[in-house]
Amino acid sequence: MARYIFFRLLQAIPVLLGTTLLIYYMVFAMPGDPILALFGDKTPTAAQIEALREQYHLNEPFIMQYLRFLGGIFVGDLGTTYSGQPVISVLQSTFPVTLRLALLALIIETVFGIGLGLLSGLRKGGASDNIILAFSLLLISLPIFVIAFVLQYLLSFQLGIFRATVGEGAPWSDLMLPAIVLATASVAQIIRLARTSVIETAGQDFVRTAYGKGLSRGRVIPVHILRNSLIPVVTYIGTDLGVMMVGATVTEGIFNVPGVGRTLFQAIRQSEGPTVVSFVTVMVLLYLILNLLIDLLYAVLDPRIRYVK
Amino acid sequence: MSNSNYTPGPGHYVAPLEDTPLAAVDAVSVDEKPSNLWTDAWQDLRGRVSFWISLALILLVAVVAIFPQLFTSVAPDACDLDNSNGGSEPGHLLGFTMQGCDVYSRIIHGTSTSVSVGLIVTVLVFTLGLVFGAISGFYGGWVDSVLSRAGDIFFSIPYILAAIVIMSQFKAEDRNVWVISLAIGLFAWPSTARVLRAEIIRVKQADFITSAKSIGLSNFKILIRHVLPNSIAPVIVITTLSLAGAIVAEATLSYLGVGLPTTIMSWGNDIGAAQDNLRNSPMTLIYPSIALSVTVLAFIMLGEAVRDALDPKARARR
Repeated sequence: MARYIFFRLLQAIPVLLGTTLLIYYMVFAMPGDPILALFGDKTPTAAQIEALREQYHLNEPFIMQYLRFLGGIFVGDLGTTYSGQPVISVLQSTFPVTLRLALLALIIETVFGIGLGLLSGLRKGGASDNIILAFSLLLISLPIFVIAFVLQYLLSFQLGIFRATVGEGAPWSDLMLPAIVLATASVAQIIRLARTSVIETAGQDFVRTAYGKGLSRGRVIPVHILRNSLIPVVTYIGTDLGVMMVGATVTEGIFNVPGVGRTLFQAIRQSEGPTVVSFVTVMVLLYLILNLLIDLLYAVLDPRIRYVK
Repeated sequence: MSNSNYTPGPGHYVAPLEDTPLAAVDAVSVDEKPSNLWTDAWQDLRGRVSFWISLALILLVAVVAIFPQLFTSVAPDACDLDNSNGGSEPGHLLGFTMQGCDVYSRIIHGTSTSVSVGLIVTVLVFTLGLVFGAISGFYGGWVDSVLSRAGDIFFSIPYILAAIVIMSQFKAEDRNVWVISLAIGLFAWPSTARVLRAEIIRVKQADFITSAKSIGLSNFKILIRHVLPNSIAPVIVITTLSLAGAIVAEATLSYLGVGLPTTIMSWGNDIGAAQDNLRNSPMTLIYPSIALSVTVLAFIMLGEAVRDALDPKARARR
């Protein structure tokens, strides 16, 4: 197992280097002068511009800027935003909020996704199966911002159940509505994956054997069917959590959640290259780590998988 | 001694040919068209309601995209601030936007934007995915390693994020349908390439490939004539579904404000423009959302019908 973890970590290095280089290059190629943008309507003197360029290393060639940035990562220095705040401290204040939002959404989508998928799969062809399938098709077709606006209008403006925007400190109760929106994007996929997987597992010989030796449905369904159906679902949730950090951009914008998504979007609009790259790098790192964890979770869920190579 | 002269001796009973299983051999009509994956899939598709519904919807969307004038005579950019957020009235069925433009007309004229972005991205993703997937799956070795790692890099950057970064490089007036399609497609191809690569690696081990090799066909001919036609089915499925994804991506980027400029009619732009007035005139936002969702639904339904038809395993599951 240790050997496997080592090789997976080794594989992640070139991907991480390539990803940061690619993004850093794209940001570097952006038009517009960020220094001029800093001053707004005022016109800075040539000396001021020069001093700021020097301070942010904008005069150096691209590859030097990239290496400087990359070296910084290893010592925990992710640069400063153009407003003078260290990127790392921006991350520290925004990441927990996004993490809480994502966690809440993850719980919602897992519970409803697996629950409805199991129900649907066990009643294959029945009325509840057809209703759940139609519902999931509808959810897949609705873009996340459409769901966000519809729910914001109905649940906040009309019914007043939730607050329309997230308040100071982002309390859990305010995060509920954005989390539901974030979860709807994936819940349909989880329902379908779980359904297909449950149908396949339920047809296996070992399930017949379990029933044959007199076990009750109450034991066969959770222990034999559900546990063996979870692998594709867990894989999906793993990749989904990485994507979710970004899918949050739209949701956090609409509900004014003070998280990474909103900060990131603002940074891109202001051409804050280093801020963008730092945020993306952290996200990609997280994505790679999560996928590694998911790979290792396989072994726990499915004893047939042994990483002995 | 020929068969016709053969007479069994006493004590040997020989059943008449019609009563033996051999009759089935004679019953096979050689004129009958051989069935294969594609004819089976078509047979399956023809019987599906969802296939015909999605096809009808897509046809409608296509006609609206090509001939918007047939559906409305109101110009989408003829706006009168006196009508700001006005409700439905004769000739302006769906009311007006905050700028006083006709909502219905804007939806009709925005159709072609979504459809063209969808098509361009799909062609791009299919081509890139096909080339990279085929090369890395078929040739294997270090070529595969290099291409797969390159694909991993593109794959680990979520495509909306990448598209935001790319789109920000262009000034609003330089952004158009081609630029946004390129921005989306550039990071969407690795999943297609992965699917094709896996499928080719599976097909490569089949006996008929060994036969093709043994009669001396060149590698390239084997790839084009034997490997690709037998591994393209899952790629077609993922391509159909990616069309829906591209339409959503365009709308999302335009909604966020890094998509198409406001001079180009786009559902995403209209939804973005209507969001500030959600509380007072929600329908201005809901109508383009419905158009967007129905179009996406049509392509997803088509993609899923094709997937189920092309996958014998999925057929058995039902």
